[in-house]
Amino acid sequence: MLEKALTGSRRYWGWIFFLLAVIGVGFIFYLRQFAYGLGITGMSRDVSWGLYIGQFTFLVGVAASAVMLVIPYYLHDFKKFGKIVILGEFLAVAAVVMCMLFIMADMGQPMRVMNLVLHPSPKSIMFWDAIVLNGYLLLNIVIGWNTLEADRKEVPPPTWLKPLIYLSIPWAISIHTVTAFLYAGLPGRPFWLSAIMAARFLASAFAAGPALLIILALIVRKLTKFDPGKEPIQALGKIVTYAIIASTFFLGLEVFTAFYSKIPGHMASFQYLYAGLDGVGKLVPMMWLSTILAVVAIILLVNPNTRKNESILAFACVAAFISLWIDKGLGLIVGGFVPNPFERVTEYWPTLPETVITIGVWAIGLLVLTVLYKVAISIREAQIESGSNTH
Amino acid sequence: MSISRRDFLKLAGISSLGIGFSATDLLWKNRAEAVEYMSSPKGLTAKRWAMVVDLRKFKTEEDYKRVIDACHYIHNVPDFGNLKDEVKWIWTDTFEHVFPFQKNEYLPEGVQEKKAVLFCNHCDNPPCVRVCPTQATFKRKDGIVAQDYHRCIGCRFCMAACPFGSRSFNWRDPRPFIKRLYPKFPTRTKGVVEKCNFCVERLAKGLGPKCVEVSNGGLIFGDLSDPESEVRKILSKHYSLRRKAELGTRPSVFYIIGGDEDA
Amino acid sequence: MYDAGKILLGLIIFLAFATFPFYTNMGKAVAKPDPKLDTPVIQQMKVKQCVESKEFMRAEHMQLLNHWRDAALRRGERLYKGSDGRITEISFQNQCLRCHSNKKKFCDECHSYAAVKPYCWDCHIAPKEAKNEH
Repeated sequence: MLEKALTGSRRYWGWIFFLLAVIGVGFIFYLRQFAYGLGITGMSRDVSWGLYIGQFTFLVGVAASAVMLVIPYYLHDFKKFGKIVILGEFLAVAAVVMCMLFIMADMGQPMRVMNLVLHPSPKSIMFWDAIVLNGYLLLNIVIGWNTLEADRKEVPPPTWLKPLIYLSIPWAISIHTVTAFLYAGLPGRPFWLSAIMAARFLASAFAAGPALLIILALIVRKLTKFDPGKEPIQALGKIVTYAIIASTFFLGLEVFTAFYSKIPGHMASFQYLYAGLDGVGKLVPMMWLSTILAVVAIILLVNPNTRKNESILAFACVAAFISLWIDKGLGLIVGGFVPNPFERVTEYWPTLPETVITIGVWAIGLLVLTVLYKVAISIREAQIESGSNTH
Repeated sequence: MSISRRDFLKLAGISSLGIGFSATDLLWKNRAEAVEYMSSPKGLTAKRWAMVVDLRKFKTEEDYKRVIDACHYIHNVPDFGNLKDEVKWIWTDTFEHVFPFQKNEYLPEGVQEKKAVLFCNHCDNPPCVRVCPTQATFKRKDGIVAQDYHRCIGCRFCMAACPFGSRSFNWRDPRPFIKRLYPKFPTRTKGVVEKCNFCVERLAKGLGPKCVEVSNGGLIFGDLSDPESEVRKILSKHYSLRRKAELGTRPSVFYIIGGDEDA
Repeated sequence: MYDAGKILLGLIIFLAFATFPFYTNMGKAVAKPDPKLDTPVIQQMKVKQCVESKEFMRAEHMQLLNHWRDAALRRGERLYKGSDGRITEISFQNQCLRCHSNKKKFCDECHSYAAVKPYCWDCHIAPKEAKNEH
């Protein structure tokens, strides 16, 4: 089936080569980082994780959100997701690939990555994160590929696939839960030391992932003969609505706990992020932008009239996606490190090379996504032409 | 049994992977030899090494500088001259920043601003060891939390986990920033985490930590599990603090703040 | 044959990758290694013998160094009793390099001949660099 990605319009190839060019530039900067060390980034002794780990965390959520299509379709027999469940699974594959690349980009000694396997450490949450992420990648490739192949041949998917599909549901939850545990189990970081972290992660994931999926579905409809359909998009819109409300509610719970208890350590990171601390606050405008976008998205999504208008829905989804990207891809990580264990403020801002490498990894993700979507959509288009689409 | 080309290729791929793995496994296996590894009889041993910092003995800037310089010299700790790349094993900060929960504006004069000597706490329950995905950081039988620079992959999980800011990462090659190279101790390479090691290399030779040696009695080192040890005797006579004891990491470094009347 | 062109192209690309080590090292004449033992410390030794036999050291020094590292650093066992019963202190920088103080002649020659770049020297200070210090 992969051969379907090798034939395409000029626009398709133009996009592929554009992505390759971006990846190339990112790679050149990565070589510089490889030679110089991570000092090329904005990270420091005090803020020792930054944009890379932020992207990793955010994208684990995007990957996990495929389950929001799998559950309705396979558990509740919601047939309308039949055509697009593959888009969710392939999005998960691209997102997990990006997660792994961001981890690689963030490693001080990437050549020693096999030490994770040679000296396995089950007490480390990172050990479990590596297992669940690799497992999830494999599950989604196997499930996505085989359902698509069966679909093409117009036969039911092989029976051995069903248990794997059911397994993928708790597995999706596990990847984001374990990723939340990376942060939530650390004693000296009050901003992360919260039992609600995993729940908050999942809520924001189930908003950001489906929001991205809606945007992708609308792009697919515009550029190809395959129409994901109005109803699945509306159903996804409702999922985004509930999830972003839950996500904002959970954030509110954190704010209440910190500011009603008035425990200084629990308030400090919020103060830094939303108001600035010790006279500095590089992230303040970003965090308020995130807040405003979340409010705008909620207003537009809750109101059925605006949600049912696909252009407004698309806008709301872009707003939700950007809002959650800022919150999780930047604020959450940096906020945990500011102030430092000495209650002193060291600021962080990504450098140019760090940003270019980040864009390069996103380009790799988009390339994987494009190729996988091309395969899936080519098969859907062929079905439309032969008029055999029975879903 | 016939086999399709497709299945053959799948099988070939899987078996080549298998061959690859078993070959590396053979290379890793050591040869059986009638050899033995032993600890040096000269070495100092303990069940749990601990340090007492008697801040009453630190009076001038020179008292602090002496211990920092001695440690940083014999461990080839680089001096980058900027906060972003900073690497440090021993350093200082003021009381209110070191003991944020003991902060109190009505403390005797000078205590809030008093500088404490800081290094790795060698916690009895170290979060950095728990989170390390490769066991590059580990706790020795004598309680010392050690770092294996050969194994560290530079993920910096330990830096996020340490509540004491005791760990430094080599953001770039440290060697050009070592003013005076100490030839008997290795430097570090870029991309690994480092920290105070309670001078394990000196303990193995029967010597105490370097900082203790030059501290004029301001730093006291000994076995916390031995009631007769110097650290235990001092702790039984003076009220001491540990940094962020409420987090349950059980630091092995104790601070005697003391008022002037005890000095 | 279907797609002969594509298959041939694939084969050419594969060959280009597979032969990569050969042509990258082509034309680089590296002299046959001739490691020397003529350092002051070794010259003074009555029996010129490393911790294990010459043959063992030649073939297995990397594994031995790995085991030494784990023993000294991780288990705190800093003494090595070799197969002939002699006891040596484990320290790459202070023990191995005390005798083999001629890194260029003793280490580098073979390593560059075999095109391996061990990262020992990223951290361990080579004797020559140490000599420049006072």
